[in-house]
Amino acid sequence: MSNLNSLAHFWPELILTVTVLIAIIADLFYRREDSYKVAWWILGGLALTLFSIRIGGSLISSLFMGTIAIDPFSEFFKVLILLSTTLVILMSFNSKELKDYRVGEYFSILGIMAFGLFLMVSAIDILMLYIAIEIVSIMSFFLAGYLKKKPESNEASLKYVIYGAFSSGIMLYGLSILFGLTGTTKFFEMQTAIASLGSDSSLALLLAVVFILVGFGYKISAVPFHFWTPDVYEGSPTTITAYLSVAPKAAGFAMLIRFFNQVLGDGSAMTSSTWLALNGIPWPQLIAVLAAATMTVGNLVAIQQKSVKRMLAYSSIAHAGYMMMALPLMSESGIYSIMMYLTMYLFMNLGAFYVVIYVEGTSGGESFEDFNGLGWKMPFVGGVMTLFMVALTGLPPTAGFIGKFYIFAAVIEAGSQYYWLAFVGVLNSVISLYYYIRVVKHMYLIGERSETVEIPSSKLVIALLLFLAIPTFVFGWYFSPVVNWISESLVIFNGM
Amino acid sequence: MNHLLSWIIWLPILGMVSIAFVPRDKSEVIKKIAAVFSGLQLLLAIYLWRIFDASNGTFQFMERAEWIPSFNITYILGVDGLSLPMVFLMALIGFIGVFVSWNIDKAVKGYFSLFLLLNTGVMGVFLSLDFFLFYIFWEVMLLPMYFLIGIWGGPQREYAAIKFFLYTLFGSVLMLIAILALYFTCGNTFDMLVLIDTAPTALNGMLWWGMSAIKVIWVLLFIGFAIKVPVFPFHTWLPLAHVEAPTAISVILAGVLLKLGVYGILRVNYNMLPDGVFWFAGALAVLGLINVIWGAMCALAQTDLKKLVAYSSVNHMGYTLIGMAAVIAASEMNGENLISAQAGLGGAVFQMFNHGTISAMLFILVGVIYDRAHHRDIEGFGGLASQMPIYTAFVAIAFFAGLGLPGFSGFISEAMIFIGAFPIFKTVVIISTLGILLNAAYFLWAFQRMFFGPANEKYNDIPEINKRELFTVIPLAVITLVLGVYPRPFLDLIAATLNVLIESVVSYGGLAAAM
Repeated sequence: MSNLNSLAHFWPELILTVTVLIAIIADLFYRREDSYKVAWWILGGLALTLFSIRIGGSLISSLFMGTIAIDPFSEFFKVLILLSTTLVILMSFNSKELKDYRVGEYFSILGIMAFGLFLMVSAIDILMLYIAIEIVSIMSFFLAGYLKKKPESNEASLKYVIYGAFSSGIMLYGLSILFGLTGTTKFFEMQTAIASLGSDSSLALLLAVVFILVGFGYKISAVPFHFWTPDVYEGSPTTITAYLSVAPKAAGFAMLIRFFNQVLGDGSAMTSSTWLALNGIPWPQLIAVLAAATMTVGNLVAIQQKSVKRMLAYSSIAHAGYMMMALPLMSESGIYSIMMYLTMYLFMNLGAFYVVIYVEGTSGGESFEDFNGLGWKMPFVGGVMTLFMVALTGLPPTAGFIGKFYIFAAVIEAGSQYYWLAFVGVLNSVISLYYYIRVVKHMYLIGERSETVEIPSSKLVIALLLFLAIPTFVFGWYFSPVVNWISESLVIFNGM
Repeated sequence: MNHLLSWIIWLPILGMVSIAFVPRDKSEVIKKIAAVFSGLQLLLAIYLWRIFDASNGTFQFMERAEWIPSFNITYILGVDGLSLPMVFLMALIGFIGVFVSWNIDKAVKGYFSLFLLLNTGVMGVFLSLDFFLFYIFWEVMLLPMYFLIGIWGGPQREYAAIKFFLYTLFGSVLMLIAILALYFTCGNTFDMLVLIDTAPTALNGMLWWGMSAIKVIWVLLFIGFAIKVPVFPFHTWLPLAHVEAPTAISVILAGVLLKLGVYGILRVNYNMLPDGVFWFAGALAVLGLINVIWGAMCALAQTDLKKLVAYSSVNHMGYTLIGMAAVIAASEMNGENLISAQAGLGGAVFQMFNHGTISAMLFILVGVIYDRAHHRDIEGFGGLASQMPIYTAFVAIAFFAGLGLPGFSGFISEAMIFIGAFPIFKTVVIISTLGILLNAAYFLWAFQRMFFGPANEKYNDIPEINKRELFTVIPLAVITLVLGVYPRPFLDLIAATLNVLIESVVSYGGLAAAM
């Protein structure tokens, strides 16, 4: 579709851009203590964006001369991104860390980040892909270092910049090799070109894909490209940690799925069963090993943490590992299960982080000791935190179990060559129980019943916690709506 | 009543919801609500027993409802002669458990909510016939159990709770893999009734990494269930959990939760993978033997009365395993000894039920003395017979029942197991009768040290067992005695179902050689 015609189908992104511009200008007119009001502009814009996605119709096509796809698949991820951005903005109102700063830009940057993520989930051209990743990365650097008076936050930002620049440099190198091999930047043309490559270029192709994988692995914090994660997650404002662990990860998976299916897969996006032109290189096994390493490392290191926030950071690496298990399967149910997991993960993980934010605000810390007796002092907060922990472990009847169930089902369905991966996965769930339940232990097994019980004084806190907790519980035994939504969204633009 | 089984499962949840509306200071009201709802459940279970058609070996009172059609997940319930005794046992022990817990004063509201949730989880496992539903109920039990041990338990409760949790979760995730493997190899269904039909043949000849798929799935499921039983060497969580748990929770744990493992093996492994039964029966008998001897030896070495009772559970569940292994006697190559198979399997199921009543009684009685003396050291008492004569009488009943004295139900089931297993596993049976001897030794020795000899002056004013406690013990003692002299009603109840089970196991016996 030509550039001018494309604009008519680009409403969500356009609305988002205009919103951010309005918010930046509006911010100039607010006094310092009122700067949080910028958030309402952004929230309004996000709502309009969601609306425009829903009424956007079911066109499946490519825009802007074949650089961006619109399809139900990207719409699914856009909804997830909007949902998590909205939730994180609302969560930021109660953040104690952000109280000392002017937060106008903070909300605007979140808006820009959402825009970048939108591009990420729909890019079908390596240039667009790279630009999208850079938009997201640079905004993340800002946000990670937002607490400029806190050394850890500055450290987080700097580390993030260095790792980010390095990995995107390598990725760019890989992309340029790929361009050299195929002579095109478009996914589908690459696919055809790769299919007809001779075996003499398989080494170059291998290098290119490994380098690109570094960039992707960095984005979803897969082992061994995860080293930035804990420090960045710990130093950033907790709201941003929550955001980074959900939204960019979701977008990263969308990007991975698209890239692997459409550039390295055999064409028909959802059912491709062969990996192109990579003679003798066992790609699926390689990704499977990375998945196993990711969850194992994430879990084993999470056990040793003293801070709940850092524990959640490591455990989010493990969660990326669970989702990666379904990547090498190249099956429809594999992609389906990743989407399922991301949906469930959004609620339970944001919920867990929100409780950490709340506890930071009331008792001042984020270590395990700060949770001592919480369940007795604040039964409501303790109860929902228990739910989130149980869900993150993957026990029924919670959303976390359903997410894991679909992943394991997809892995087992793929045949006995992947059974070992399922074993590693379930054993990791058992390991994760140990540190998730440790939070519950500190909340209930330590401390006594207190005479007075506290409930959060802010209605927003209660509403948000309920909004996150109810789906976490209900989707554990009634997930047909999610199933239907994902089934409808399982249509990827395939170049036709 | 149309949805009888659903009512039995969900009544405790209704109770839990009602409790949620009671202010937390009104602990009497909370306890009464728990008692009413588990009482109603018990009445329904008795009613179910009355209208159950024992001559019919198939599932009855089936319920079926759409749940998640896209993954072929259905809400299916049903009861047969194997699950009915367990349902009754759970309802009875759940009801008694409320009264055993009457003295709880710490966070009463939370305690009884979790207690009722646990009840629903256990009932759900016994009654669900959809594998997904089965697994959900199986896991739902874990969290309440963690809290019940971890908050209301003894000094080492944190460690005991997490150990229990990790062990069982380890077992159940292996089970999850097996369930999914069955789902995808046997025609995309979680419906246990369909799986019972298709699974025995669908997996034939399938190899995974050079191993027979049947064996792999068998072992995965077996480990999952064996941890619950607990089978040696997966038993180490049990003594700890038992000792640290509050009395009522020990009662439920020993009385019902351990049966889930055996029930699972019979319902899933036996019904769906009969080929594996022939392959594994020998190992099962030997594991049973180890349980018997090891459990008895450990019990003999204990000075803590509760630990002694806990190890006696390991010992008693060992007999069950030996009885279960005897089922292969009915196959062609073992001489079609149907009587032996019936005796063995019937004895195993009967032993499950008897252990439920007997160990519940034992744990309640341990709790009675602990509430008074605040310790459970066997050596710390002496001559209690003169200080608490009524209590002594009940302990005597419980101990004699536990050691399998004729006239008590435990004797019948153990005898049946030995009779059934003898034709095939002669050595195992001969050695395990030694277990009986050890069994008698540790019970009688403990009894002698606690109740005879010079009275410990410290306990001269110890109060006698009270009415509430008697109310919890007497029904169990009566059941033990009645079934000890007249076991017929129970055996008739399970016979038809077990015959179907034996037949289905044996009809695939010929395939075992081909594996």
